[in-house]
Amino acid sequence: MDIIGAITGALHDGFGYVAVSFCLAAIGLNIQFGYAGLVNFGQAAFLSVGGYIMGAAIATSGIPTVLAILLAIAFTVALALILGIPTLRLRADYLAIVTIAAAEILRLVFGTSFRTYFHGKDGVTGFTAGFRSLNPLPNYDGFFLTYSREELWTVMVGWGLVIMISLFTWALMRSPWGRVLRGIREDEDAMRSLGKNVYGYKIQALILGGVVGCAGGFVGAFGAASVQADTFNLDFTFIALTMLILGGAARILGPIVGAVMFWAILSFLGSVLTQLAGYPVVARFMNADQASIIRLMLVGLVLMLLMIYRPQGIFGDRREIALDAH
Amino acid sequence: MSTPSTALQSVPHEPGAAKPDPVVVVNGIRRTFGGLTAVDVEHLEVQRGVITALIGPNGAGKTTFFNLLTGFDQPDAGSWSFDGTPLKGKAAYKVARLGMVRTFQLTRVLSKLTVLENMRMGATGQRGERLWAAALPALWRAQERDITDRARDLLKRFNLDAKEEDFAGSLSGGQRKLLEMARALMVEPNLVMLDEPMAGVNPALKQSLLGHVKSLRDQGMSVLFVEHDMDMVREISDWVVVMSQGKVIAEGPPTSVMSDECVIDAYLGARHDTDISELEHLIQVEHAHDHAEQTVDREDPR
Repeated sequence: MDIIGAITGALHDGFGYVAVSFCLAAIGLNIQFGYAGLVNFGQAAFLSVGGYIMGAAIATSGIPTVLAILLAIAFTVALALILGIPTLRLRADYLAIVTIAAAEILRLVFGTSFRTYFHGKDGVTGFTAGFRSLNPLPNYDGFFLTYSREELWTVMVGWGLVIMISLFTWALMRSPWGRVLRGIREDEDAMRSLGKNVYGYKIQALILGGVVGCAGGFVGAFGAASVQADTFNLDFTFIALTMLILGGAARILGPIVGAVMFWAILSFLGSVLTQLAGYPVVARFMNADQASIIRLMLVGLVLMLLMIYRPQGIFGDRREIALDAH
Repeated sequence: MSTPSTALQSVPHEPGAAKPDPVVVVNGIRRTFGGLTAVDVEHLEVQRGVITALIGPNGAGKTTFFNLLTGFDQPDAGSWSFDGTPLKGKAAYKVARLGMVRTFQLTRVLSKLTVLENMRMGATGQRGERLWAAALPALWRAQERDITDRARDLLKRFNLDAKEEDFAGSLSGGQRKLLEMARALMVEPNLVMLDEPMAGVNPALKQSLLGHVKSLRDQGMSVLFVEHDMDMVREISDWVVVMSQGKVIAEGPPTSVMSDECVIDAYLGARHDTDISELEHLIQVEHAHDHAEQTVDREDPR
């Protein structure tokens, strides 16, 4: 059993670009759900818009990288408005339903339509040149800290974004704006009676969380050098949500620690279970293919146990969580 | 110069009577739920600078009326104005910003925030509550200091200053009432609308609350409150409006209203002073009458 290999693999994955894209998705969800109490089950939609619009703008239309990024952000804001305007005057459940539907609609549209831009199941490739040309790292072959040169650049940019966005979110949530958001999470009518435009704040939180998710889409796209529709399935959003709950909703460190821990542990379990499947004793119950599915079962189990015994996660405050049934 | 309550001396004791200086004028507000008419107020004027009580039996439509006036519910018909500004179709938060602030029957303090944070929340016009300014504390820190000072003064007035750092959820019921009233004052309202402020409050605290309500009027605010506690109504209100089954059935100073025949009937039922033996006879007569009507209907199918 190669435990060391499993651990280094886990660390590589835990801090890699996929974890970062999940982390940014979780930070976005933290703003929407942790602080504002909005139920967004379609966060994957914002990442897919980010990755696809930016990728297609560069690869098909030849738009320079920075402009493509701004264009993708504009589309993300539009998506948030389309989702929010009809639903945020209604009960929370409606936003949940609409966002699940939106994520699936976009996944199917990106995967099958507008083939000149999105190339169906092949996805979008060939958009990383601009980003990679900015890579300041010295030229090296092989791996440094388990990352190749291009991957390391993406990882550094990704974590830089995580830190900047987290600091910005921290500043926001300590401000009166953040105070109003927390009030809205608890009692909308009380806030209206104090003259606060509840609807406006909810739209703002949805947009902010969506744009942060869009940034996660960028990181994922640059890291993989491709964007594919099926990455942004329902599992994606719920894994991001699990990471947020694990780390602690309504806490700045929550989504960061939750994402790294979750992805690292998932990777570690994957390696260990696959290696275990090699032993004849275990192979009677489980083969290597099943190993990767079984770890997802364990994820579900962890989520259940979290909700029952420690819904505030690692950093959360039990008195504050939006998950309280009452 | 007449005091606010003497201004009411010339007003006739009739439902819908015009007031010399109304802060709220209501015309023809109707609200139905399915087949039930919850509110049907033809005309009502609330005098500025006095304490007006809104009383009536349970189910009279008082809280629904409050909700309609403050934008928490939309009427089927009617118009009303506050300080001359028409309020029909205005969102609840805009009504609050105009200076018409309400409290709730079941207190709605923000339990997961501290008492001081609850108070700060009441302030309007804090630049830091806008997204563009929020991330730059330099733009709102001075305002926050002023707001905090104002909050602490109010908390002292309501004897809650020691609880400033406690979570509002840890306060007792009576303390929450005080907090909600204090928080409403942070909005700097012209009209304070209290929905059953004495509900569930112990007698000792009632006196203290009464004092606070009176001081609101003394500071120039108008007060409209819903109450069931007749002693309180008699003690502090300058004018009383009585609702029953959605309509305003009487208006006037407390003493005249409480001896009004319609008002007593509304609370105690139309036959409250009928002798019980006469009552049984009356019921039999009515049953016979209804039975006769039904027979006629059956013989005459439409």
